[in-house]
Amino acid sequence: MKPASFKYAAPESVDEALGLLAEHSHDGKVLAGGQSLVPLLNMRLARPHVLIDLNRVAGLDYIREDNGTVAIGAMTRQRTVERSPMVREKLPLLWEAIQFVGHPQIRNRGTVGGSLAHADPSAELPAVAVASGATLVARSPRGERTLNAEEFFVSYLATALEPDELLTEVRFPVHGHRGTAFLEVSRRHGDYALAGVAAMVTVRDGRCEGVRLAFTGVGPVPIRIPEAEAALAGRAPTDGVFAEISGIVSARLDPDSDIHASADYRRRVSGTLAARALAAAVSRT
Amino acid sequence: MSRISQVALADERRITLRVNGREHSRTVSVRMTLVDFLREVLGLTGTHVGCEHGVCGACTILLDGSAIRSCLLFAVQADGSDITTVEALGTPDHLHPLQEAFRDHHGLQCGFCTAGFLMTSVAFLRETPDPTDEQIREVLGGNLCRCTGYQGIVEAVRDAAQRLQATSPEPRATNPDSIE
Repeated sequence: MKPASFKYAAPESVDEALGLLAEHSHDGKVLAGGQSLVPLLNMRLARPHVLIDLNRVAGLDYIREDNGTVAIGAMTRQRTVERSPMVREKLPLLWEAIQFVGHPQIRNRGTVGGSLAHADPSAELPAVAVASGATLVARSPRGERTLNAEEFFVSYLATALEPDELLTEVRFPVHGHRGTAFLEVSRRHGDYALAGVAAMVTVRDGRCEGVRLAFTGVGPVPIRIPEAEAALAGRAPTDGVFAEISGIVSARLDPDSDIHASADYRRRVSGTLAARALAAAVSRT
Repeated sequence: MSRISQVALADERRITLRVNGREHSRTVSVRMTLVDFLREVLGLTGTHVGCEHGVCGACTILLDGSAIRSCLLFAVQADGSDITTVEALGTPDHLHPLQEAFRDHHGLQCGFCTAGFLMTSVAFLRETPDPTDEQIREVLGGNLCRCTGYQGIVEAVRDAAQRLQATSPEPRATNPDSIE
């Protein structure tokens, strides 16, 4: 047996899952697609006493458009999102980014909610949520509340979810006429990003507005750089302006070094990716 | 199983699943991974187990038709599902076209990774019967091989796509465990 021993429950409704979570909030762990949690269990880096498996819970697997947003159930598989014509049309940033998540075998199991709640600092979906201004829906026996993406991600592998709260849905505002792009650099396609960026921009009368950049792999949570976003606002999108933003990004980011890449490398790559992503996003408006 | 017993905390659970067309019922420890169940309980050692944390792809199998890592699923989670492993692909006398292509293009040397590459490729070619080289390279990115340098594997999958298209619609396999 690879993992340390645990007790297992497979609830079939959100209410059953919430009941179990309330009872085991401090020694239990929620299992979604398992593509990040099970490796931690197999290596015994995580040793929960109780595993609450959401895979048989009904009603958390959906993609639906609702009032200018696309709502995605937490247990929707990443592969389902990737294949959704609605996501491709309404949320092109999510559609582009999700193809960088793991490999097809991973995305067949991995879920949207699992990736967000796991909050890996190098993951793609948290950056997309922050760049898009997504809203996350959390439920507990005390009721339901919504959090915006920037308040949801707290630190490395840590979110604002309370121990008895379950992430049930994420709502992405429809991108509309905004141009978007997601770019990352990793050692091989499907690996965690050494550095990556989600970019969003609107062009009106030849001037940029609504600029949002969220970086992954370069901090404990997805990072926005207000100074870089402001530098593009109201200006024509030229190579010179993109180069200026690239410089701001490299100067402002403060990533860690690890065995995969130095901090300097991550800074430089992030600046270059920002310029490329903005150019691509502008071309798609 | 009743709803109540699903919510109850368990160390062991009775599961029933189909593997390569045959139904099996066993009581398993809830922390047994599916790959260990296939190999150690059912004796199906064609599926190999490598890194056990989802990186190498050696344990790739089909769960209800989709390629997944069997080291990242617990056997208890596969209750009620339909599993396909490399044992269902072909027999030594009657190889699957994909296996023939791997043999012909030197798509393997030591063979440790091969079952995973085959199962990844089977699912891929069903969804993408006429793939580009870029698509082939991208999907194979989820499997590691330390012998071949991958070139032979890419060529094998490209050739297998043509062989499968040339023979479609495929004749029904005579082996009850076989899949297309």
